[in-house]
Amino acid sequence: MSAREAVAREEPGDPEGPGEPGRYVPSARRIARERFHRTRARRATAIAAVSSLVTAVVLYFVITRSPGWPRTRDTFFSAHYAREALPKVLDGLWLNVRLLVICGACVLALGLLLAVARTLRGPVFFPLRALATAYTDFFRGLPLIICLLLVVFGVPALRLQGVTSNPVLLGGAALTLTYSAYVAEVFRAGIESVHPSQRAAARSLGLSAGRTLRYVVLPQAVRRVVPPLLNDLVSLQKDTGLVSIAGAVDAVYAAQIITGKSFNYTPYVVAGLIFVALTIPMTRFTDWITARTDRRRAQGGIV
Amino acid sequence: MTEPEPVRTAEPDRAGASDRTSASHRTGTSDRTSTSGRTSTSDRTSTSDRTDGEAGRTSETSEPVLRLEAVRKSFGRSVVLRDVDLEVPSHTVTALIGASGSGKSTLLRCANLLEEIDDGAIFLDGEEITDPRVDPDAVRRRIGVVFQAYNLFPHMTVEQNITLAPRRVHGVSREAARERARELLERLGLADKAGEYPDRLSGGQQQRVAIVRALAARPRLLLLDEITAALDPELVGEVLGVVRDLKEDGMTMVLATHEMGFAREVADQVCFLDGGVVLERGTPQEIFGAPRQERTRRFLRRIVAAGRL
Ligand SMILES: Nc1ncnc2c1ncn2[C@@H]1O[C@H](COP(=O)(O)OP(=O)(O)O)[C@@H](O)[C@H]1O
Ligand SMILES: [Mg+2]
Repeated sequence: MSAREAVAREEPGDPEGPGEPGRYVPSARRIARERFHRTRARRATAIAAVSSLVTAVVLYFVITRSPGWPRTRDTFFSAHYAREALPKVLDGLWLNVRLLVICGACVLALGLLLAVARTLRGPVFFPLRALATAYTDFFRGLPLIICLLLVVFGVPALRLQGVTSNPVLLGGAALTLTYSAYVAEVFRAGIESVHPSQRAAARSLGLSAGRTLRYVVLPQAVRRVVPPLLNDLVSLQKDTGLVSIAGAVDAVYAAQIITGKSFNYTPYVVAGLIFVALTIPMTRFTDWITARTDRRRAQGGIV
Repeated sequence: MTEPEPVRTAEPDRAGASDRTSASHRTGTSDRTSTSGRTSTSDRTSTSDRTDGEAGRTSETSEPVLRLEAVRKSFGRSVVLRDVDLEVPSHTVTALIGASGSGKSTLLRCANLLEEIDDGAIFLDGEEITDPRVDPDAVRRRIGVVFQAYNLFPHMTVEQNITLAPRRVHGVSREAARERARELLERLGLADKAGEYPDRLSGGQQQRVAIVRALAARPRLLLLDEITAALDPELVGEVLGVVRDLKEDGMTMVLATHEMGFAREVADQVCFLDGGVVLERGTPQEIFGAPRQERTRRFLRRIVAAGRL
């Protein structure tokens, strides 16, 4: 025992020894190799810059020389209307952000429940399984816009006691209905991607089916589907703009109000660009997570 | 590695067998209760793992830990196990040998109720576990399994892998489960790996962690399915060394293996499976020294030719 401890204490030692730091001198070969890498990197940057510039110039001339450009510029890219629209659109955007956060949370929770319901085995769960399957089939196929129209205008028409007719809430509910169907399928794919041997290992330890799902299958499944999930959330983020058709004053509706008065489409362009700007961080985050997941998997692949 | 520490008063194996009466091993549950009852004292200090099975090494009640009776198992139309009989007495090691596809893994999976058998019966400590009214989870809690492909949980650290079942199934407190994990890891030379994720370990280390995980809940019986088959040759030794130590400690084991030299060394009983039938069974001397069946002889010749004996 003491022998092993001694070994363990020695193991994480500095390979060069503590007494002689910085003795390693890079060889001429290494220096030459690194110089070559630097030169090549510089050249690649230069080529990319020139090629981007050329593309931009060509695009600029093609667009500005087109016969309809002066009118298009005034209708879609008017600085005056952009200035007028920006604060109002930003005001409306706050609603989109809130919708994203709340619907996003509901979608993830409902999607996970549906996915789990679909993987349950045993005859007792048959109705649950069938319901979950029917739900995902239906709402995945139903166009979002139709789902929105039906919920937003159909539900209030029923005049049910105690049911809201608030367009924001109903719009959010419609988004949740459709997106949870998508997300459920993503989760289910994740659950099914966990190798059966993991389940066998958990069951052989005496874990029940439920505990196996909770401690072994779901954690691995969720980790695997984070990139596609974020993708769906990016998609949800921009689709929050659709609640404007119900009359909720979000960024799109704010733009629409100005456009309706002025017949100038600049506010739409402003709103569109803001949505793009909002999704870019999310998209980059998704890319980063995906890359990290791939790296981790690659490391695991050595064994 | 298994050197007893000074704290331990007496060699519990052979000496202690008499005072812990053989009654306790008849049912796995009561055995376990007696075990947990004295956890705080001797278990903590004991470097060995033989806490469960102690009773009965010398007892002659001779109820085998595992007994298979005319077990039949088929997948679709292919019959994989045919009238298999097997008895695994307490504190013995049974080696299952046979060509790939002869049904070794299936037999072990049936014994752990990971597969449902078509006919026959399987008994654990005299209790029929293939009775449909038996709770399979309760049975699996009493059996440890180590797979060829380790099957560690990649999203958990080594320690979390090991403490999962004790904490979530056996209701052991977090501290106690941790202590047990550390103690076993220490014993298998993995003390510094508790916080690592499995993908950072070598194959041999992963397999030893899998063994620790199977041992953590103090199983009555350990099933080992070709646990060295996925390992590089130089890593095989470290894993077989662990099995050897477990045998020293009196653990009851059934192992499917292609390491004939090892089977010869540790097994008390060797079973040659061929096409789902136990073609020959006996002591290692009988099977390896004087096989009665022509097919056994042919199999062993092939193994010798492959340099595995
Ligand atoms: N889940 C399964 N479905 C169908 N056939 C299987 C299954 N598992 C094993 N088998 C078949 O059973 C036979 C025995 O397999 P196995 O027990 O894995 O053999 P061994 O472990 O001795 O190599 C093989 O022919 C294999 O193809
Ligand atoms: Mg096998």
